[in-house]
Amino acid sequence: MRPFDFVRPTSVDEALAAWEDGAAWLGGGTNLVDLMKTGAVAPTRLIDLSRLPGMRGIEVLADGSTRIGALVGNSELANDPDFAGNFPMVAEAILSGASGQIRNAATVAGNVMQHPREAWFHGPASDPLAGDTGKLAVLGTDGAPAAVNPSDFCVPLVALGAVVEIVGPDGTRDIPVADLHRMPTADDPRHTTLTPGELILALRLPPEAAGFAAHSRYLKVRDRTSFAFALTSAAACMRIEDGKIAEARLTLGAVAPRPWRVAEAEDLLKGQTPGPEVFATAAELALDGARAVGGNDWKIDLARRTALRALDMAAAGTPAEMPALPASVFGTQRKEPAHA
Amino acid sequence: MPDTLDRTIRFGSNSGQPMTRRDGIAKVTGAATFTADNTPDNVLHAVYVPATIARGRVTSLDVAAAEAHPGVTHVLTPANRPHLHGDPEAKPTMFSFRIEVLQDDTVRYAGQPVAMVLGETLEAATEGARLLAPTYEMAPPRVDLDRAEPYDVEPGGFGRPTGASHGDIDAGHRAAVKSVDVTYSTAPQYHNAMETHAIVAAWDGDKLHLDVPTQALSMSCAAYASFFDIPVENVTINSPYLGGGFGSKAVPIGPNILAILAARMTGRPVKLMLTRQQMFGPTGHRGATRQRLRLGIDEDASLTVIDHDSLSETSSFDDFHEPAAGASQGLYAAGALRSVHRGARLDIGTPGAMRAPGEASGSAALECAMDEMAEAAGMDPLEFRLKNYAETEPGTGRPYSSKALRDCYLQGAERFGWAGRPLAPRQMRDENGLLTGWGMGTALFPCPMFMAEARATLRADGSALFETSAVDMGQGALTALAQIAADSLGLPVDNVEFRAGHSSLPDGGVAGGSGHTATAGGALHAAGSDVIRQLGEMAAADPASPLHGAGNASFVARHGRLYVDGDDSRSEPFADILSRAGGADLVGSGSASRPPETAAQYAMYSHGAVFAEVKVDPDLCQVQVTRLVGAFAAGRIINPKLADSQLLGGLIWGISFALHEEAHHDPVTGRIVNADFAGYHVPVNADVRGLEVLTVHEDDPHVNLLGIKGVGEIGIVGTVGAIGNAIWHATGHRIRRFPIRIEDLLKA
Repeated sequence: MRPFDFVRPTSVDEALAAWEDGAAWLGGGTNLVDLMKTGAVAPTRLIDLSRLPGMRGIEVLADGSTRIGALVGNSELANDPDFAGNFPMVAEAILSGASGQIRNAATVAGNVMQHPREAWFHGPASDPLAGDTGKLAVLGTDGAPAAVNPSDFCVPLVALGAVVEIVGPDGTRDIPVADLHRMPTADDPRHTTLTPGELILALRLPPEAAGFAAHSRYLKVRDRTSFAFALTSAAACMRIEDGKIAEARLTLGAVAPRPWRVAEAEDLLKGQTPGPEVFATAAELALDGARAVGGNDWKIDLARRTALRALDMAAAGTPAEMPALPASVFGTQRKEPAHA
Repeated sequence: MPDTLDRTIRFGSNSGQPMTRRDGIAKVTGAATFTADNTPDNVLHAVYVPATIARGRVTSLDVAAAEAHPGVTHVLTPANRPHLHGDPEAKPTMFSFRIEVLQDDTVRYAGQPVAMVLGETLEAATEGARLLAPTYEMAPPRVDLDRAEPYDVEPGGFGRPTGASHGDIDAGHRAAVKSVDVTYSTAPQYHNAMETHAIVAAWDGDKLHLDVPTQALSMSCAAYASFFDIPVENVTINSPYLGGGFGSKAVPIGPNILAILAARMTGRPVKLMLTRQQMFGPTGHRGATRQRLRLGIDEDASLTVIDHDSLSETSSFDDFHEPAAGASQGLYAAGALRSVHRGARLDIGTPGAMRAPGEASGSAALECAMDEMAEAAGMDPLEFRLKNYAETEPGTGRPYSSKALRDCYLQGAERFGWAGRPLAPRQMRDENGLLTGWGMGTALFPCPMFMAEARATLRADGSALFETSAVDMGQGALTALAQIAADSLGLPVDNVEFRAGHSSLPDGGVAGGSGHTATAGGALHAAGSDVIRQLGEMAAADPASPLHGAGNASFVARHGRLYVDGDDSRSEPFADILSRAGGADLVGSGSASRPPETAAQYAMYSHGAVFAEVKVDPDLCQVQVTRLVGAFAAGRIINPKLADSQLLGGLIWGISFALHEEAHHDPVTGRIVNADFAGYHVPVNADVRGLEVLTVHEDDPHVNLLGIKGVGEIGIVGTVGAIGNAIWHATGHRIRRFPIRIEDLLKA
């Protein structure tokens, strides 16, 4: 095997001090270890974060925001009754991803940092369009072929305005999840805007995010019913007051190198009566500027349909119980809104 | 229904019982030892470097870097690879493939071994393999079947399927008042047994011991012996369990030969286990096809012609053409019937037999084309198939040895609730608004028998030992064969010890072609019968036996006693007969194969009918198979529980074929870009629901002594077409490629 250092700091300061060029943070390892095994990445030092104190809590802060420690497990977060009650589409998104075993091991910070599923994982791909072009971005790349951000979790986080708390050699800072991911370029191969050596301490959802709980859905279209990355997905939520949409959020997943939030569509929905026509217009707006690559025109159409359906589902109301197949096209249909 | 089998065949209380597999507890507790569980002392771990291009040659390997890595002991390259007696480019037997064992620096497909590293640990060997960092001179790979140059396949046995033509094909086309002319595509699929290929090789002088999972112990011994120029009896193979075979583990693969060479070179045991990614290359696969089907019917909706032309991919250096067009022979009563095979050479590993080779792919296209023909005729698909039901084998006119297909159709349709199905598509919705469709397909699979031998030993205590080198690859052979064996001696199965999975035993034949239970079972039955015959002679000649003087009467064994047939008042326990004779074990032997005259006289097939329900989201086009009912007639069912599992597994593979499995090649390098389980999809639990299997009673007095037809492969056949047809019925869209994906429906 390739030798690497393995260090296990017991404080954030120690962790930061342990960073060096070529190091990698180790959370649950569900993504990083796979990549190490295939040779896609070869860190010279693994910094195991599992012993860091104070990073496993889910807490409501004094200002009403919700703070999720970086080492909280995916399953743990999705199954936390308070969290799932306040942010049902986040829970639904998590539970639609990967498998039970992986969700148990994976951390929330690791989830937001997961690597795009690129074809070169298995060797030097010469044609970026090789294989399944349904996994390539249609937005945010100016038509250049690029892998999409594969996270389900990030999609509702972006919709709800979540931020990432970062600590680095120069202190702490917050980055909106919406600004965390980027498309790699020839000059800068990073998939995120983090500077090497920066560490995620926590994710934070703003106080107003829980206000969408009654109308909040994540929908994921995929090639098989479970354990598959999204072809397209959408997080849609709204506050409905007196039969009108007081505020709406719409973010598309698996269409761009980052979750694709569509402010124009959200603005359009504000003040409208929920209904198929206005949702169709919003969905149309959401795909504005989309460009097909490698013949994946159908994906633009599918993303639009996904957005429309997610809006429709959100307007109908959050189900009282998590569907048996979360975020599935075939999820158990809700009879009555849970939060009327 | 009455059992019409010859009553002189002994059949006791074990066969027909849904016994739980005897090896189940050992498997779920980890006590069962699979090949890679063996790590002998002083073992070296082997890791090979797979080519990352599909065509060209290796221009450099950084051997020095690999050798310098701690723990790396040896690096095998074409430059230093020891001499191999057998020519890897030769095809010494009917079932041989050309293999890559570092004979030169040529790369013929991605995934081909280009070097092998041995190390004291798996990690060292893995890193050594990475450090070799091959460079290549790359030629443009030919990996697109649609751009390849087709040629006519020259018939020549395994991998070079014979075409067939019966009746006047042109006249059949001319006589058609309605016809369909459609082309269906199937994708490259790769066997991915849970247990990847593995081998542990150890030499003792010129004796070779192998732990290796193989579907064909005796054949493998011969193949390995010929590669290394040693007598076949010098090769020992231990293969007690296989974690799945599916046709991939029937013939030696190049990496295994390299591991054995490495063991001889180093004088140490060598262990190799392929990674999941390495299962997409040198281990065979189901080649992609393009199948043109031209069907015609007369005014009466009788088929005037089935004209099936299959183009299939093979490698640039060897022949395995999917015998897909053969699936149109033997099934429907068409006036004229033609199967043609064409091939095209690509820079891929040589395809091979993958569960239901030929029938799975061929039936997918045929059953959809039949559905299109039924639609053109304005008929219900089941009614159309019944209209064209063949009472004798089409073309040859041979009688079927048995054919309960009509019962399969009717019982399956009843169970599924087929009646009332609207003829037109896109007529049904469920309570959630999902488009709902019903489709069906016919299943057909031949019933080959191979050759097998077995030994039965009756012990003085009345218990028995049966031995044959049969193979349990998960299908339950260790249990079903033990049931047959026990019945041949009239013993409870718990009194029978059954040894299999080792080359020192009598040749148990091949676990393939759905013929293992019939063949190895026949041999076991014959061996048991031989014991009974000897026991009868002993008793008849023994004045102290109640059976004394029974002379020419036949004997029947039941519950550990020997009876005079038809006279229950005269019997004696086995143990008493043996103890008076001195208490020695009584050993019998037997073999089984099909007499050529029977094979010529009868058409022998298992049959089935599969009914599928799918639901499709009308906007998002995601497909879910919500119900599958398969009714199968496969002769005598030895163990209904295991048979059902085989058939259910087939149905699930049908889902996989219809909706999921597809390898994608990079057009520039030619390598497969989705060579793992994240990218190469098979169904997950949530995709598999509402499965039901019926086995229809069928007595077959001709297929073999025990009336067994086999259930290993037929479950896939018919299912793929049924799902494709159900998707058409749900949506109105006829997708003529498999797997059918969301984008196909979205673009339709």
